[in-house]
This record gives sequence, C-alpha cells and structure tokens, in this order.
Amino acid sequence: MALPLHAQEAKELNLYSARHYQTDEALYGDFTKKTGIKINRIEADDNALAERLKSEGANSPADVILMVDAARLWRAQIDGFFRPIHSKYLESRIPANLRSKTESDGSTWFGFSTRARLVVYNKAKVNPQDVDTYEKLAEPMNKGRVCTRSGAHPYMLSLIGAMIERRGETATEDWAKGMVANMARPPRGGDTDQIKAVASGECGVALTNSYYLVRLLRSTKPEDQAIVSKIGFVWPNQQTTGTHINIAGGGVAKNAPHPQAAIQFLEYLASDSAQEYFANGNNEWPAVKSVKIENEGLKMLGPFKAENVSVAAIGKNQIAAQRLLDRVGYK
Amino acid sequence: MNRIVVPLALLLFLPLFGLAAPFLFSGNEQLTTGTLSHLWNFVLGGYIASTLVLILGVGVGVFILGVGNAWIIASYDFPGKKLFEWALILPLAVPTYVMAYLFVDLLQFSGPIQSTLRDLLGMDSLWFFPDPRSLSGAIWSFSFCLFPYVYLITRTAFLERSGRLIEVSETLGYSPLQGFLKLVLPMARPAIFAGMALALMEVLADFGAVSYFGVQTFATGIFKAWLSFGDRIAAVQLALGLLSFVLLIFFVEQSSRSKLQYASSTRSKPLAKSLHGKKALFAFAFCGATLLCGFLLPAFALLQLLIKQGLTIDIRYLDWLGNSLSVSIITALISVVLAVFFAYSVRMNSRLSWVNQLLGFGYALPGAVLAIGILSFLEIFQLAWWMSASILVLVYAYLVRFLSSSLQSVEAGLARITPSMDDSAALLGLSRGQILKRVHVPLLKRSLITAGLFVFVDVMKELPATLLLRPFNFDTLAVATYQLAADERLAELALPSLTIVLVGLFPVLLLSRVISKS
Repeated sequence: MALPLHAQEAKELNLYSARHYQTDEALYGDFTKKTGIKINRIEADDNALAERLKSEGANSPADVILMVDAARLWRAQIDGFFRPIHSKYLESRIPANLRSKTESDGSTWFGFSTRARLVVYNKAKVNPQDVDTYEKLAEPMNKGRVCTRSGAHPYMLSLIGAMIERRGETATEDWAKGMVANMARPPRGGDTDQIKAVASGECGVALTNSYYLVRLLRSTKPEDQAIVSKIGFVWPNQQTTGTHINIAGGGVAKNAPHPQAAIQFLEYLASDSAQEYFANGNNEWPAVKSVKIENEGLKMLGPFKAENVSVAAIGKNQIAAQRLLDRVGYK
Repeated sequence: MNRIVVPLALLLFLPLFGLAAPFLFSGNEQLTTGTLSHLWNFVLGGYIASTLVLILGVGVGVFILGVGNAWIIASYDFPGKKLFEWALILPLAVPTYVMAYLFVDLLQFSGPIQSTLRDLLGMDSLWFFPDPRSLSGAIWSFSFCLFPYVYLITRTAFLERSGRLIEVSETLGYSPLQGFLKLVLPMARPAIFAGMALALMEVLADFGAVSYFGVQTFATGIFKAWLSFGDRIAAVQLALGLLSFVLLIFFVEQSSRSKLQYASSTRSKPLAKSLHGKKALFAFAFCGATLLCGFLLPAFALLQLLIKQGLTIDIRYLDWLGNSLSVSIITALISVVLAVFFAYSVRMNSRLSWVNQLLGFGYALPGAVLAIGILSFLEIFQLAWWMSASILVLVYAYLVRFLSSSLQSVEAGLARITPSMDDSAALLGLSRGQILKRVHVPLLKRSLITAGLFVFVDVMKELPATLLLRPFNFDTLAVATYQLAADERLAELALPSLTIVLVGLFPVLLLSRVISKS
C-alpha cells in the first residue's frame, strides 16, 4: 500500500474535475509545460465528485476542484469543500459576478467560462417571434412543438432555479405545466439530440446549451451542416430579463496538499492563453472580458444580454425546482 | 471452515452496512426533509410500475431468446450451427448503454430508417412507427443484450444432461415440442432461472441505458433522491426498496431449485439430430435473427461510426485499454477462486446457504449505490484516501457487485454433480480436498470458465462504481465511453465501445474452444 499522497513532495497537482470535454487535454498539457507541475486527474460528474470529497474529508488528496454548473459550485461552497484564497491576479481578471463573494479571508470559487441556454427552432415550421422568450415556449401557440432534455439535468435545474428567483415559485410551476402540455415528446437525450430533433422536424423548438450549437455550427461534417441548414436560433428574453447563463469554475480544495500549485493552476486558468482555449477549444465564453475570441461559431452567435441572477439564488432554488417539476410531471 | 466463510462473506457484504451508516451515525446535516414523501406522492408509483413492466418484458424476452437458442444449438445439427454456437455469446460483450445509444440512433425519428421511410412515403411523420425511446424499446434492447446469460448457462445444462432425454421422449411418443416442455425444460429449470436472475438484476441495477431510453425506473428515483435532492438517506431507503424487487427474483429462483435434485446419472455425449429442409431453415433463421439484432447490427453501426470518424486514434487509447484489461483480469481470477470457495462451503454445510444468498445482493445494487455504501464505509474508518492510492478499492467494489454472477454459474455446475458421486469418492477414502480436486474440478471446468468470463466481461463494461472509486489518472474504456457520451460526441465513442466489444470476444472464443473440445 502506498503512503497517503500527502506525504509526497509537490511538483504535482491533484485535480478533481467535472469538466467532461475532450479538448481540455490541451489545457492541462500546456500548464505542465509552463510550470513543470504534473497533473493527476479524476474526472466524474459534479455530484460524484462531491460524494467522494465528502467521504474523504480531511484526508482528501484533492488540490483543485472544477465544477460545470453554478448551483453545484454554490453547493460545494456550502459543503465547505473550498478553501478561501486571496489572489490579486484572479480578483482583477474575473468579474465580481462570476466568482463567490470576497470575504475577509478571500474568495472560495472563481468562474472561468460561461455558457448560455438558448432556443433553437425549425426554420420551416416555426416563426422565431413565437419562441423568443422562455415564457412563450409554455404558451398554447407552441403546443406539440417543444423539446428539452430531462428536467432533472443540472443545466435544466439551474435554468428553472433562476426562473423561480425572477418570477416566484407559483408562476414557474405554471410555466412548467405549460411546457409539459406543449411537449412534442417526453424529455430525453442530450442537448445535441434536441438540436437534431428540431432539424428533422420531430420538434419545432428546443432548449440547448450554447457550446453544443456552436460545435455544430463549426463542424465540417456534411451531416452536421445539413442539420445547421434547417435550424435557426434565438437569444431568449432579450427585451426582458436576458438569456440564462451558467458558469464553469472552481477553487482550491479545503485540505489541498499542494496549495501553492493549486493557486498557480487557478491563475493559469485565468491567463490569456487558457481563456482563449475556453473560447476556441470548447466554444465557451471566456470569463475574462479582454480576451480575444477567434471562434467563428461564437462570433456568429454575436453579443447578447445575459440574465442577472445570483449564483447563490440559483443554488438555493435547486430543490424547489426539482420538486415543482415532479409535481407537474415534467420528466 | 465456517470461521473463514462467515467473516469473508460479511466482508463482501460491508457496503450494505455502509449504506446503513447514515442511520447509525448522526451528525449528517440533512439539507431537506420529506424527500421520500414527496417522491411517493408524485413519482414513485410510476417508477415502480415501469420497473415491473420492464423486468417482466425483459424476462419474457431473455427466456425466449436464451432458451430457444440454447435448445436449438444443443439438440440439432444444421448448417451454420458451429458458428452460432459461440457467436450467440457475443452480445454479452456489448454494454447495455452502448446498445441503447445505437438502438436509438438507428431507429429514432431523425435516424436513417425513419428519415428514409418518410422520404419514400412523402409523410411528415410516421404515426405507425414505434418510438425507440420508450419502455418497449428498452425491453427489446435489453433482451437482445442480456439473453446470453440464459443461453450460456442453459446450453451448458442441456449439453451436460443425459443425451438420452430425446430418445426417452421419443419412446414415450412425445412430439419434440412435448418432450421439450415435459422433460427438458423442467430439468434445465435451475439453469434457466439462474440466467434469468442475472439478466433481470442487471436491468434493475441499470441507470445509464434506461435514462437514455427516457424510461423512469426505481433506479431513477434513487438517483433523483441522491443527486437532485442531495438526500443520501432517502436514496439509501429507496435502494433498500429496490432490494425487495431483488428478493422477489431471488425467492422465485431459489424455490425453483428447492427439493429437486437435478442430476443426470449418466454422462454420454448428447446426440444432436440433423435437421434438413424447412426445419433447418427455421433453426438457421431463429439463431441468425438473434445474432443479427444482438450483435451484428450494433457492431456494424459502431464500425460505421468509426469509419466516419476517419479512424483517428486517441493518444490515451492504450492507457484505457491497459487499465480495463488489468482490473478485469484481476477481478475475474479472484472471483472464481472465491466463488468455488463459497459454493463448496455451502455444499459441505447446508446451514451456510444464507451466505450465498447474502452475496447475491451485490449484483442487484446499482453500481452507484454500491459505491455510496463503500464511500460511507471508508469514511467511517478514515480510509478514503485508499481510493486515490490504488485500485484495491475498485477491485473490491467489482467483487462485491459481480461475485454473485460467478457464484451462480459455479453453483449451477455443482448442482449437476450428484451427491452419490461425493459419497462414492468418500467411500474410496478421498478427503474433501481431494474430492474437490479430482472429482469436481474436472467436471466443473466449463462452469468455472463461464464464471470467470462473466466477471471479466462485466468488469470491462462496469461504469458507475468505476467513475466514483477509481484512482488518479485511471480511465478505463467504459469511463472514456461515458465521458465522450457526456460530451455528446457519439462518433468518437465508437472506438472505446468497439474495443470493449472486441476484448469481450477473446474470452468468448476461449470458452467456445473448451466447449467444442469436450
């Protein structure tokens, strides 16, 4: 049996990551090249990582924890997984609305990239004015048109948690009822499946995360281009509250055996080269405003007005969101 | 003997104690209350109903496919039999979640079949075309994926039965069908039920494939309680509820064996009857259609995805392969040794039979629930850092989950060794150890290889526990497949999925060699 990892010398970094993007390899390789610090990784979904951290307690070998959903970041903070840190560099680079509140002992987590939840529609079947807000999707005129992935997915729960914050639980429950009544088919599959179903005409309109759409927009495969030719997209709620966005980010683990390397890694994620990677490699919007985007697909989406709801509110409303979905039979 | 058997069995039962830990150790801040009553009020009834329909449907499906093919192969000679004999095991190598991706991809609204049909007929939608993402789609897909459990164990039973059964049935003036129903089926019942129990437990424990089909089962409820509501305790209570389904399956399986000593006293070569004309064609068509749906189509679809990808090989591919192979082989070897030990202990001392029933529970626990149990347990003893340090915890989890499948196989093999053989060997002055070595092992060889094969392939495919418990930088083929699916890159998961399938072929070929030699 090996010694606990704590006893070993630094020059390495233990990363718990819920990011599941193949393109991240380049990011980690680049960090190792720049610093000589080897990265040990465990990738699993946010909840699995949280369970593992809970069980490992004070003996956890984790240095850095990365999550891909605002509510999960908030949850991890509440569960005490993060160690607050002061970093002038991070505080100057990451806008205040994309990181946890800075207390006297520092911030617990930082967002490094964002993604939006937008509306995709079938150009032949649907008029974009009918689907330009989340609210309109639940109105009777869209009966039999709407598709989404399962409501239990974190991306959906965060969207609904934000809506509860904006409109209250009763109005949101009515909205969810309307959505269930309007569904072209029960919720299933991932976001790319929703886009494909819209292109094939099975659905008239669907919700999807922005980077899946951008990936299709940038694809050179003929079958992907055929899909793109049949669909349009809308930024929802531009005249009202703005489009729902979600955050991917992370922080230093509470009992990090290599705290220096951990801070170094987070600062690297906020550097120009890493931020450019988020934009160009994985089609996310970089958190750092000054970073140049060289991504044709992201440029095609253009600028948009984002919803302004606090991460803490989205996090707190998760359970209420799941319960109201169960009540209205939103699978 | 008992001094070892009981502690060892309890060690493998620990995760279930770990599941109970939240009840025993207070101080677990509960975020919510009333998770269970909420689920009960709004969704649980539906989950239970769809779970029941699913296991009934898959039960019928694996029975027809498993027993039908086993009987045809074991009893008749017809063109292509040699190929089908081993090829029908191949679907075992296809993970249920991969089968689900491919099944849906092929048959869904936006898939190739429906699109072509719509173009041909000039229709906007095909109202008559069943939706593959449904309960019935899940039943079809699971049946074709899991019937080899029944096929393998039942065919072994048919092969090892006295070849005279057909002759007996003919002497009695039975038609082949009557003979089959009245003589053969009852004789093979323990084997059939053992195979069906394995298949159904896999269905109960499944989450990836059912969620892809949009079917909400009991496992959905467990995950919802755990992940959406952050309520470990409610998840555990539901997991215990799931175990009641398992108990039901167990009860049926055990009672089918009780009071019946199935052992044929002669060992003669089974006589396969040659088929000609229409009958041969029917046999060929039945086995052929099963093989086509269970393996050839999915494999072809994977190959097509791979070719579309342009055959780029991920640099991490060899790591995935090495990791998968090492844990699968280690676990398979250990589990066969343990299975022999436990099965044999129970044979020696029937008062210990509860031990094997206890061990059977592991298989029916969803991998993620099992992993929570192990996590809780490690937490209590502050040993959780073991996970990061070595694959020990991972192998332990696999043993807890899959030992029962090797145990079933070894027990079914042992059940066919008559008590009188033991008695005669004992009369000849052989010790218990010698009886095992000189009488049982040669007779059991096939069952042992089958047992090892089951575990090897199961571990290759295992996903949820692997995700939760694996050490740093330890991605397996299944994990890679899952990560690619999470990233919605279906085309790229063709390579790791296809590899899981191909690696699963080797033990199958090995097994078929053993079978054709005997």
